[in-house]
Amino acid sequence: MYDIIVIGGGPAGLAAAIEAKKQGIEKILLLERDEELGGILQQCIHNGFGLHVFKEELTGPEYAQRFMNTFHDLNIAYALNTMVMEITPEKEVHIVNDQGYQILKAKAIILAMGCRERTRGAIAIPGKRPSGILTAGTAQRYLNIEGYMVGKEVMILGSGDIGLIMARRMTLEGAHVKGVCELMPHSNGLTRNIVQCLDDFDIPLQLSTTIVDILGEERLTGVVTAQVDEHYNIIKGTEKEISCDTLLLSIGLIPENELSKKAEILLDSKTKGPIVNEQLQTSQEGIFACGNVVHVHDLVDYVTEEAENAGRAAAHYLKDIKKSKKPIEIKPETGVVYTVPQHLDYISDQVKILFRVNSVFKHHQIVIKSDDQILKTIKKNHMAPGEMMHIYLKREELEACESKLSISIGEL
Amino acid sequence: MEKQMICIVCPIGCHIEVKKVEDQVVVTGNQCNRGAVYGKEELIAPKRVLPTTVKFEGGLHERLPVKTSAPVLKSLLFELMAYLNKITVKGPVKMGDVVVKNILDTGVDMIATRDM
Amino acid sequence: MYDVAVIGGGVIGTSIARELSKYRLKCVLIEKTNDVANGTSKANSAIVHAGYDAPYNTLKGQYNKLGSDLYEQLCLDLDVHYKRVGSFVLAFEDEDYKVLNLLKDNGEKLGIKGLSIVDRTFILSKEPNITPEVIGGLYAPSAAITDPFGLTVAMMENAMDNGVDLMMNFPVNEINREKEYYNILSGDNRIQAKYIVNAAGVYADEILKMVDSESTFKIRPRRGQYYLLDKSADGLVNSVIFQCPGKKGKGVVVAPTVDGNVLIGPTSEDLEDKNGIETTKVGLDDVKVSASKAIENIPFYENITTFAGLRAESNLDDFLIGPYHETFYNVAGIKSPGLSAAPAIAEKVSKDIAEYFKAERNLHYNPKRSYVKAFMSMTLEEKNNMIEENPMYGNVICRCEQITEGEIVESIHRNCGGRTVNGIKRRIRPGAGRCQGGFCMPKVIEILSRELNIPQEEIVKENQGSYILTGRTKAGATCTTL
Repeated sequence: MYDIIVIGGGPAGLAAAIEAKKQGIEKILLLERDEELGGILQQCIHNGFGLHVFKEELTGPEYAQRFMNTFHDLNIAYALNTMVMEITPEKEVHIVNDQGYQILKAKAIILAMGCRERTRGAIAIPGKRPSGILTAGTAQRYLNIEGYMVGKEVMILGSGDIGLIMARRMTLEGAHVKGVCELMPHSNGLTRNIVQCLDDFDIPLQLSTTIVDILGEERLTGVVTAQVDEHYNIIKGTEKEISCDTLLLSIGLIPENELSKKAEILLDSKTKGPIVNEQLQTSQEGIFACGNVVHVHDLVDYVTEEAENAGRAAAHYLKDIKKSKKPIEIKPETGVVYTVPQHLDYISDQVKILFRVNSVFKHHQIVIKSDDQILKTIKKNHMAPGEMMHIYLKREELEACESKLSISIGEL
Repeated sequence: MEKQMICIVCPIGCHIEVKKVEDQVVVTGNQCNRGAVYGKEELIAPKRVLPTTVKFEGGLHERLPVKTSAPVLKSLLFELMAYLNKITVKGPVKMGDVVVKNILDTGVDMIATRDM
Repeated sequence: MYDVAVIGGGVIGTSIARELSKYRLKCVLIEKTNDVANGTSKANSAIVHAGYDAPYNTLKGQYNKLGSDLYEQLCLDLDVHYKRVGSFVLAFEDEDYKVLNLLKDNGEKLGIKGLSIVDRTFILSKEPNITPEVIGGLYAPSAAITDPFGLTVAMMENAMDNGVDLMMNFPVNEINREKEYYNILSGDNRIQAKYIVNAAGVYADEILKMVDSESTFKIRPRRGQYYLLDKSADGLVNSVIFQCPGKKGKGVVVAPTVDGNVLIGPTSEDLEDKNGIETTKVGLDDVKVSASKAIENIPFYENITTFAGLRAESNLDDFLIGPYHETFYNVAGIKSPGLSAAPAIAEKVSKDIAEYFKAERNLHYNPKRSYVKAFMSMTLEEKNNMIEENPMYGNVICRCEQITEGEIVESIHRNCGGRTVNGIKRRIRPGAGRCQGGFCMPKVIEILSRELNIPQEEIVKENQGSYILTGRTKAGATCTTL
């Protein structure tokens, strides 16, 4: 019987395990399906990580290495090349590796499986089905870890950060990146990435543009792009054929919750991740979740923060530390897509509530209401769907709160 | 000399205007001092950190991630890539190990960004 | 010199090859591409129709019924998924009952058992997601679903186990008839056979033309576009749901698959282009609209892939089955219900050919083939024994479908084994799940490269030319200036 089993050895799993160990939990086992720890960070060789956690700019592998070093220093047990096949509500963890198929038991579980990329099928791009169409992340692994090129003439659909980063990487490795198409009228990536990944290399970014046809019998030979109107309908006559042998898709990430479903954990239809309270505890007692398996984060630094909270909460759960209970539902209203946590169970000195807005807001305010009473408002010059927002609620504010809390965006 | 640019120091992304008036570089539109520094450098000699990979032997993978120990002139990036394409590093290495010292006389080293 | 050359590695050709292996005949199956099941057989509705649809006095009707009767045992023999889930044809207006009664009468003339006209309550009790506007339907309990590529691969593998040769990457471009045999040419390569079976799918008219330049037989492919929904949509329908047929076939079908996905399609579009397997926005939108008439709240956001297949519609109303002359046999224009009819057609064709050759039975013929056992279907003890015996069974490659390296390696090293990324996917399913190979494709490529001893850059997704990698990074110096 383990105290805690952590599922996933990426940034979330590492930080959660480290924090739980620091809280004095001894029997921890971390399970990783890959042949090494670090998760997706190992292929994110670009810089831009760690500004919040380490106050310096690191590459993905460096950020991972620092946590791995601490993890090893703390002598936390782990297994590589180990796939978790199933988790039961009774906290049994079915694993398989070259030693066999085993069923492990734990008093608490921390889910940290991360997310996966949306594919061509998810947005049903019509056309032929040649080779040369990959998700940006798959291409990134090939380039940065395996050392293979996936193409020579490249188009990218989706201006998320992975797409932008790959535009630069492919260019530096000798490919010709012909452009990035983005369906929305604004980019989903960080402005700095547009400057240093696209502008630096004269790669055009076409907004309100999508790909409407795929050409090529065997290998991709081209794509057809078209502009869309404000309702995302294709504007006839704007179709343009662009020859290329590679199409990279950077069209979004989805939390990977197959195991959560097997454990009968309730999921949020918006985040696609488990519904959690401020302890990052899921609907199954003793099963916690953190990182991109809960909702997709903008920065790994925020994943780390959330994972440390989950690790600490799991430790407190095992130590049976009593807290004063006060259930509060948090409802996303006008302008807000979702919040994490989705509800609060206990009062603490301060809780941080993360949320995403549904469009770009300039000079608006965040309105926090308890039932119909305005609890507080916060002015914001700039809010966008691509940037996770957060608010803090203090103990006295929570105590003043009824059983329902809402967050919305309002005009100033 | 005059240039419109977007500051990339932080995620706000201020639209700034950088002008050279006689010997003085004037930055406007920035919300903080870091933006002024960025604007000046970006006008005169833009620099970037270069993260990339090199061939690697004696470890888990056949490529090792590396980066420049400090920003280098943007105009040198492809020259650096061409140079790095030719070298092979032998393991084991530790994060921070210098893989190429003073690459192309830039005064900047290439360092490994992980253990392998 | 072969006795018989079967041209075409689809479900029809491979079924015939397997049936021929029951006799003491030296046979070869010739396939244009690098895998079997690479045309219509990989992109269809995967349904074994009950058989009431095609008129009783046609080959389509008769072979469908006969084939449907053979399927269950065949799939047992070959270790292929088969599930008798039943089907409904839905009626939304009183008019539709006329059609349903005609279908029922037709089916009964063919001897199909269990057909019944059922009311709304019965349908909704079995299929709660059908739109409430439904007023009744025709229920056919014998309709089934299967795995069409698994079946095609199994047929070929079993045929090879019983002595048939497989020649792939052999696009036939000329057939010369000599006195006693044919020279079948593909560029500089030649196969000689005394007898030819033309099972070339949408290209069967072109093969026929090679022996008869006067032939007027023509295939005009009819495209069908589909959505395939994630397993999380499992349970949307429990049986195969048809709508009352119109002039262009059976209309859009919503069906479960043997793997637990939901398949929605096809469109019916007449084309000239035999490569026209692209999906279109118009076509996919049509499927959505049509399917939504029958089923409420279809979770199209759970779509994992869309695809299109071509049915071999010809200028004849019926299948073209029979000897063209005494040593050339057409099995052509096998449109829907070709998959359902395949086993019965193959029996008939092979009997005719055996009779021509006065061939004896192959006493070593073994009808059974057992496939790679799915690791996840094993008991705990079996799993552990398997891993102990071969640790590759402890390495899960495909997380979505939970496929191990051991299974993939085994699917490569068999008769008619997988050679391509999609070939492996069709045999054993890595990459067929929700991530569509995002995680496992690089690993599958690595395994194929290692097992076949060819560089990763030469591994293809599908046909020749569909390479995935273009070379190593750092292979040559690149120097561009900013």
